[in-house]
Amino acid sequence: MFLQYIVDVLSLGSLYALFALGLVLVYGILKLVNFAYGELVLVIGYSIFLLKGSPFPWFFMAGTAIVMSIVFSIFTDYVAFRPVREKSVTAVLITSFAFATLLQNAALLLISAKPKNVPMPSFLSDSVQFLGVITPVRNLISIFVTFLCLIIFYQFMKRSTLGLAMRAAATNFNMTRMLGIPANLVITSAFAMSGLLAGIAGTLWMSKIANVFPGVGLEPLLIAFIATVIGGMRSVHGAVLGGFILAFIDMSFNYLLPQDILKFRDVFTFSIVILILLIRPQGLVKGPATGIRT
Amino acid sequence: MKIINNENTFSILFFLILFIIIYFVNFFVGSAIFERTVTNLFIYIILVVGLQVFMGNSGILSFAHIGFMSIGAYSSGLLSMPIKMKGFVLRDLYPIFENVAFDPILSILIGGIFTAIIAAILTLPLMRLNDAAAVISSFALLMVIHSIVVGWSAVTNGPRTFFGLPKATTLEIALIFSFLTVIFAFIYKNSKFGLLLRASRDNDIAAESIGANIVYLRWFAIIASAFLAGIAGGLWGHFITSFSPKSFYLKETFLVISMIIIGGSFTVTGAIAGALLVTIGYEFLRWTEKVIKFSDVITFEFIGLTEIVLSITIIIFLITKPKGLFPFKEIGDTINKIIKKE
Repeated sequence: MFLQYIVDVLSLGSLYALFALGLVLVYGILKLVNFAYGELVLVIGYSIFLLKGSPFPWFFMAGTAIVMSIVFSIFTDYVAFRPVREKSVTAVLITSFAFATLLQNAALLLISAKPKNVPMPSFLSDSVQFLGVITPVRNLISIFVTFLCLIIFYQFMKRSTLGLAMRAAATNFNMTRMLGIPANLVITSAFAMSGLLAGIAGTLWMSKIANVFPGVGLEPLLIAFIATVIGGMRSVHGAVLGGFILAFIDMSFNYLLPQDILKFRDVFTFSIVILILLIRPQGLVKGPATGIRT
Repeated sequence: MKIINNENTFSILFFLILFIIIYFVNFFVGSAIFERTVTNLFIYIILVVGLQVFMGNSGILSFAHIGFMSIGAYSSGLLSMPIKMKGFVLRDLYPIFENVAFDPILSILIGGIFTAIIAAILTLPLMRLNDAAAVISSFALLMVIHSIVVGWSAVTNGPRTFFGLPKATTLEIALIFSFLTVIFAFIYKNSKFGLLLRASRDNDIAAESIGANIVYLRWFAIIASAFLAGIAGGLWGHFITSFSPKSFYLKETFLVISMIIIGGSFTVTGAIAGALLVTIGYEFLRWTEKVIKFSDVITFEFIGLTEIVLSITIIIFLITKPKGLFPFKEIGDTINKIIKKE
């Protein structure tokens, strides 16, 4: 029972952590919240759905979907962020919110309001049993893929020049620019990586819910929001930690709360968000020293 | 700046005349659909001007106002619903409410006050947050209110439709409430509280140094703003008479935010202009959608065009005119200038 709980928390938390990491990458550098982030999951879902009839193997479809997610993430930068970046914080929040609405309604108009089935290879939902734990294969894959991604991500940020430039930009953007790092390149690569992480997480998410509809992006967006607020809006470690903590909270509620209070679960989680914003606005893990938007 | 000066008087008079013109246009058109749109417009003006009271003066974007609107709609509906209907719509209602059926207008006012009280309790700690944290917390607040409305079936009928409200809101009532809101917004904007809050919007450190208590100033503004949103919700509820939690969520939030952004959040004139333009655009697009749908040109379902056009408009506006159509000057300022020249 206890082990089952651990596996559940880890598999859900790994998804949440990936989502949160993608959001915090952009926030760290630009100090701007990307409200269109959840729509990357929508892009993933519909990409796989549209490729359904094609003769390609599933992994190719998933790969294409992840590429689409990266493309749309960069596209978000060009449509919603770049033109208004210099203006107020509010302006960017609204443009990204508008862009999210645009994508949702484009899906509504061009495809359908009804949920569409997203094909998934059947082995993902097979159950495996070990040490008394019964869990679908996809949960183990989620844990594995996430840890792999995190290792690669950390190594990239630590060792590569681009990673160094991104970390520098997150600390002091103006100084980084003065030292000759092209600002737009750093920002675009942050969006691309955000899209990649959301793409991987989104594919795993799709294997869980197995269908796609215009409002599908809301839940991942909220998860990423809450996780980053808990862990710290400015720190990548914080985002990962926040993801796992949120999964722990959610799972514990699922295990502990009776059914008629469970429907208020969101109220509790969002109240936690508001409380953390009040008590510890920087989140559990503090980011780099300067937090001023530049 | 005096509260009663030429500029404000001209602005208020201008909107009084505008509202009366709209009223008479409706009177001569005499179509039920048109009257419906106009009544909706006046209710939206209350909501958007209410949002302007907070957002325009404090400079903080709020996602929570549609949530406040839902509190107003549900609480006033709970009070005014005929006793017979109560047993039918809300089976698990608490005994205190079972034999209550107030006059609708009284219920709407109580609903507004109730919303203001809830807002006062919930938002005081949030008022010290700035920028992204403030926006995310207001977004979280909208989610909290929405989940409570969906979950608390005993008084809201859960995710199902809440119906049976008396149809009490007429065009005249909506017009009067909306005009009172406009007067309030102008008085507030030029009062001591409004001026200090606007000072804090432009430079918070400088405003604090001359003794402005930003947290309380924002708090007063959001209470007033929530009261107006609650009234708008009550009026809307008693106009539409049946609604569900879905009526107060992201789509509506987006609509209201697009109104205030297109018009310009810093001025009351902007808020009204935004409500007017977006309503006209919205109705026109909805009509287009309908025409396309029934013309058999295309076979699939044709929905979502309105939101697409609206979101593109917002993005274009924020790029080209980030402060909206009326960035700083109220309509009264312009009128005053013209008169002085002559």
